[in-house]
Amino acid sequence: MEAVAEQKYNFDVVRWFTVMAVVYVVVGTLVGVYIASELAWPVLNLDSPYLSFGRLRPLHTNAVIFAFGGCVLMATAFYSVQRTCGVKLWSSKMAWFTFIGWNVVIVAAVITLPLGINQSKEYAELEWPIDIAIAVVWLSYLFNFVMTIIHRKTSHIYVSNWFFLGMMVMITYLHVVNSLAIPVGLFKSYSIFSGVHDAMIQWWWGHNAVGFYLTAGFLGIMYYFVPKQVNRPVFSYRLSVIHFWALMFGYVWLGAHHLQYTALPDWTGSLGAAVSIAMIIPSWGGAVNGLMTLSGAWDRLRTDYVLRFFVISLAFYAMSTFEGPIMSIKTVNALSHYTDWTIGHVHSGALGWVAMVGMGAIYHMMTRLFHVKMYSEKLINIHFWMATIGTVIYVVAMWVSGLMQGLMWRTYDEYGALAYTFAESVEAMHPYYAMRAVGGLLFFLGAVIMLYNVILTVLMAKKAGSIQLAKTVDVKL
Amino acid sequence: MRIQERMEKNIFGFLIILAIALSVGGIVEIVPLFYLEKTMEHNTYPGVKWDRKENQTLDSWQAGDGVRPYKPLELAGRDVYQKEGCYLCHSQMVRPFRDEKERYGHYSLASESMYDHPFQWGSKRTGPDLARLGGKYSNQWHIDHLKAPRSVVPESVMPNYPWFAENKLDVEQIKNHMRGLRIVGVPYTDADIKSAEKIKGKSEMDAMVAYLQVLGTMVKFEPGVDYRK
Repeated sequence: MEAVAEQKYNFDVVRWFTVMAVVYVVVGTLVGVYIASELAWPVLNLDSPYLSFGRLRPLHTNAVIFAFGGCVLMATAFYSVQRTCGVKLWSSKMAWFTFIGWNVVIVAAVITLPLGINQSKEYAELEWPIDIAIAVVWLSYLFNFVMTIIHRKTSHIYVSNWFFLGMMVMITYLHVVNSLAIPVGLFKSYSIFSGVHDAMIQWWWGHNAVGFYLTAGFLGIMYYFVPKQVNRPVFSYRLSVIHFWALMFGYVWLGAHHLQYTALPDWTGSLGAAVSIAMIIPSWGGAVNGLMTLSGAWDRLRTDYVLRFFVISLAFYAMSTFEGPIMSIKTVNALSHYTDWTIGHVHSGALGWVAMVGMGAIYHMMTRLFHVKMYSEKLINIHFWMATIGTVIYVVAMWVSGLMQGLMWRTYDEYGALAYTFAESVEAMHPYYAMRAVGGLLFFLGAVIMLYNVILTVLMAKKAGSIQLAKTVDVKL
Repeated sequence: MRIQERMEKNIFGFLIILAIALSVGGIVEIVPLFYLEKTMEHNTYPGVKWDRKENQTLDSWQAGDGVRPYKPLELAGRDVYQKEGCYLCHSQMVRPFRDEKERYGHYSLASESMYDHPFQWGSKRTGPDLARLGGKYSNQWHIDHLKAPRSVVPESVMPNYPWFAENKLDVEQIKNHMRGLRIVGVPYTDADIKSAEKIKGKSEMDAMVAYLQVLGTMVKFEPGVDYRK
């Protein structure tokens, strides 16, 4: 029991963020499995506007990125910033504001997206009143984090906090600029940018939501939780400095590679691709730094199920940050763009890296926040295998279908005519769409097991009164 | 390392350097697009954009006259397209490849989406590209297809949209939308906005068909001209 930490820091809000993150990963992946099934069996659209693919897909992406991802980032940032700075959160009230505000935004998204209230910018679908709420809540998160660092007891700012800060600042930029719009009603607005300019700004946002929200933020998690879990210092300080600044400076250039061969001028796309390829180096710097932190402790993988989540997440991180630059090369992009390969790539990052490292961090925090053992260690292991196998099935299905689509579209017959109609390529995707739904289902069921495990752990803690005990037991601060 | 050392001890210095490092990429890649004339093809080839004479209405425009703002009914269709999330499965951006030329048509120009707030280029082709859809199928085909896609394309995985025919359009709402777009730079005249009254009684289905039928028909492409020179 860490009664000292409990009394020294503010863990109340962290507990709530942690549990809600698990709830949202179940909801988000459930919607994901449903829409994946709609593509395999379109009858599942049920002729209902509220269940049609086009309205539910934004709900899936927003739920997993902003509801699950957001709660993980807020829980881990508020948890680790206190522990690395040796002080309580600057403002407990403001942290509660962030928690309630963020959840109100999530509820608003769950209501408005199925109603078709949609700005139609990918990963930025929410309409302007919600966008304003997001900005306010996000700034409260940033402000509280910065103020806590200012009041720190340590002399240096720890590396995980650099990454969290990078994410917070960049997401503020991106969200504000990309959401600039003229309201034409309470639930409708038009982007102030149009055409090619809007496209470039959208993908500057789109890629950096990945690059900062889902990469820099989660690297912050990696830099705190991996060393803590194995009880060893980060492998290389120098490497972390170099890869941090390279990532911060370089990632923001990548958006243009989403627009290769489009009406975006060639120079912009090529510049984006060139920097993308260079980004292999800082990305792998992070992966190497994380994996090498484990050197000398590899035997613990046999017994430490939480550590397994971290290791597999770093492997997927290394893999997808290699795949990404390859896909940004123009000749590869000509084939991969518009196909399921992109979806496969995103999910190898989102399921394999983001969700895995996030889940590992949640398991790590659970015992320290609730002051009891997990309800079941065995279920953690079962969850681990379901998540890993589910991700692999998903990604393989999308690789095959993506390559096949891309090749079918450009195949010519012996007379020099297109060999396949578009409809034939759609028909050929069916088995892979079914396979993808199965992979997603496995991942989802793993998340359900996690939720069960977490809820029972919370109930155990409640029954034992362990939080109350940790708060009141006499310790020397 | 000394600068790093100092930044790690001073969060304000850290935040300033960070804010600068994070800005460079965006400034270099985005800002020039607003100033470089070659970004938009109509600066080099004025025929790409409709040269609207005074007192001309949107209805006096003929296919191939050049890029123009959407008519009220088409705009209402585009609103439905946004609302239903069509952009998630359909791109509107033909790339300059032989197979795309044969399957869809001439590659897309930046000027063609100059009035698209926001752009609808898309990122995924679960269904085919729609940038050159206009005029390829009859209105009736579109109505049948939107109601029940598998009745005309058995392999399709698109949802049915039976509610399009039932939902009526709101004239005042479209007028508001046109006024909003005028603020962000779409050259609608007062007469254009007034002409929205003609859509009274029309359904979302009528609007979608009008929108889909105008896609890619605005510019008349001259053979042999390289618009992206």
